[in-house]
Amino acid sequence: MEHHSHLHGVMGEFETPEQLLAAARKAREAGYKHVDAYTPFPIEGLAHAIGFRWTAVPLITLIGGIGGGLTGFGLQYWCSAITYPLNIAGRPLNSWPAFIPVTFELTVLGASIFAVVGMLALNKLPQPYHPIFNVERFASASTDRFFLVIEARDPKFDLAESSRFLQEASARHVSEVKDEE
Amino acid sequence: MSVTQPPLNSPDIRRLDPVLEPGHTYASVTDKIAAVVLTRPLGIGWLAGFTLTFTIVMVLFISIAWLVIKGVGIWGINIPIGWGFAIVNFVWWIGIGHAGTLISAILFLLNQKWRTSINRFAEAMTLFAVACAGLFPLIHTGRPWMAYYMFPYPSTMGIWPQFRSPLIWDVFAVSTYGTVSLLFWFVGLLPDLATLRDRAKSRYQQVIYGILSMGWRNSARHWHRYQSAYLLLAGLATPLVLSVHTVVSFDFAVAIVPGWHTTIFPPYFVAGAIYSGFAMVLTLAIPLRKAYGLEDFITMRHLDNMAKVMLATGLIVAYGYFIEFFMAFYSGNKFDVFLAEQRLHGPYSHFYYALILCNILTPQLLWFEKVRRNVLALFLMSLVINTGMWLERFVIVVISLTRDFMPSAWGRYSPTFWDYSTFIGTLGLFVMLIFLFVRGLPAIAIAEMRELVHESHEKGQK
Repeated sequence: MEHHSHLHGVMGEFETPEQLLAAARKAREAGYKHVDAYTPFPIEGLAHAIGFRWTAVPLITLIGGIGGGLTGFGLQYWCSAITYPLNIAGRPLNSWPAFIPVTFELTVLGASIFAVVGMLALNKLPQPYHPIFNVERFASASTDRFFLVIEARDPKFDLAESSRFLQEASARHVSEVKDEE
Repeated sequence: MSVTQPPLNSPDIRRLDPVLEPGHTYASVTDKIAAVVLTRPLGIGWLAGFTLTFTIVMVLFISIAWLVIKGVGIWGINIPIGWGFAIVNFVWWIGIGHAGTLISAILFLLNQKWRTSINRFAEAMTLFAVACAGLFPLIHTGRPWMAYYMFPYPSTMGIWPQFRSPLIWDVFAVSTYGTVSLLFWFVGLLPDLATLRDRAKSRYQQVIYGILSMGWRNSARHWHRYQSAYLLLAGLATPLVLSVHTVVSFDFAVAIVPGWHTTIFPPYFVAGAIYSGFAMVLTLAIPLRKAYGLEDFITMRHLDNMAKVMLATGLIVAYGYFIEFFMAFYSGNKFDVFLAEQRLHGPYSHFYYALILCNILTPQLLWFEKVRRNVLALFLMSLVINTGMWLERFVIVVISLTRDFMPSAWGRYSPTFWDYSTFIGTLGLFVMLIFLFVRGLPAIAIAEMRELVHESHEKGQK
């Protein structure tokens, strides 16, 4: 069987978040567009440095919250005033103050579910395979190493050139990331 | 005051215990926390504890089975006391859960660094407490297999829940709370599951943590969305946690029963919930840090801060008790006055005095730094407060119901063996789940600890 293997990118390994941040900024300045960084904890300004500014998570959450709230109130109104109207001690069928707790709870529920599912979906998780895991050293990305990857799909990508760039940016170790399919 | 007292802005006066003992690196915090799950062998203590609590869970199963066979008549409840232990325990458990959300959400929004090493297991505690809590109203219905009637679903009977009833609000509040707590907990766990996946040695650990971590790869883009989602969840969980115990208090306050029909209930229930929840966090944290050598991460600073939160919320609760009395006499309503007298002189007055002792008098010792820094004293104090908060719910449920408006409708309540076995059974379930949790998942948020190391390094450089 023929074994296909192509390059995903080159990976530079850094020892401190400050070095990584500086390298990410340099890569940006050098004109690289498809860059990703991997760190054991979130680092302030890093997403910005690799050119990622806007996330749709808050908007998705807002939509979930509004949807949940409308569903909550609509459900109660429909049940209590339209499909099963009951006269409870002469109170109005649409006794909206009594409907607030459930409306509130469903607002929070809708927003929370949308926030989590939205975050996972935008991150394309669950994802069973990613080429980055082919590099053995990458396991330390969840402990104490900081990685910058310049991806091969970047128009400016060149294996030798990009590797040198990472080395000059004080990467301690540079490795190729192979994508095996 | 001694003359050597430094000025308020001097660095000396702020020399608190650190939230993380010095000398830790990214790798050392990761190793230490992950090792509890991945490499540490099962100790005799864990096995003994698990076996004991597992046995108690069997008692719970038997109690529930007997309940299903015979009905709620096996409990001590009858008219006029229809609520008994089931609702006392429900309110107690759900209250305990609240501290977990408070620590993970509210302290996160307030940017309190000391929350980091206690939030994970406090959230786990929330989930398990909500599970125990949810069980009680379910089995209290007597026919738990019909509990789905409470949810609005299109049935062939064409009937719908009564949305003007606080009991239906409760269904929505508790199920939303359980779901959001689970989501919040899982999102927090995601990077740590990936850490465990990367460090796992055996195949089955790799597969299990690999599946659970969903392919999380610590990408900066992922972290960015993750932080956004986490912050939003914290913002959503904050009003949620306040609403849940408010709705639970509506179960009482919306009724006209003397002693229940008061406007102080929502705030005082929420404060009581946080009070008992912090007590439970201490009950769990003190043995946990000892057993797994986590004193570097859960420092005296944490214990001290939690003791202070207990002191503050305890005072709010004391204020609530006072206002209950004040309003009874101020209103001049003879039923309210009678109820207040029943608390002091009625057949259950010893519970009321025990409650005052546990919840108001004993916790005043927390004013003393010596007590707050004595781990054993804090542990005992947390047990006393847990007991006190249970007594509070007993006093609210039982004293009000035994003697309401008409003497001909008065009654007495005494719990049976099955009341106790069910309650103790849920205690066993709770502790058993905690035992499983500390061995299966990281009990301290590893990624957040690394962040804390990073921040303390930065601070050190400046």
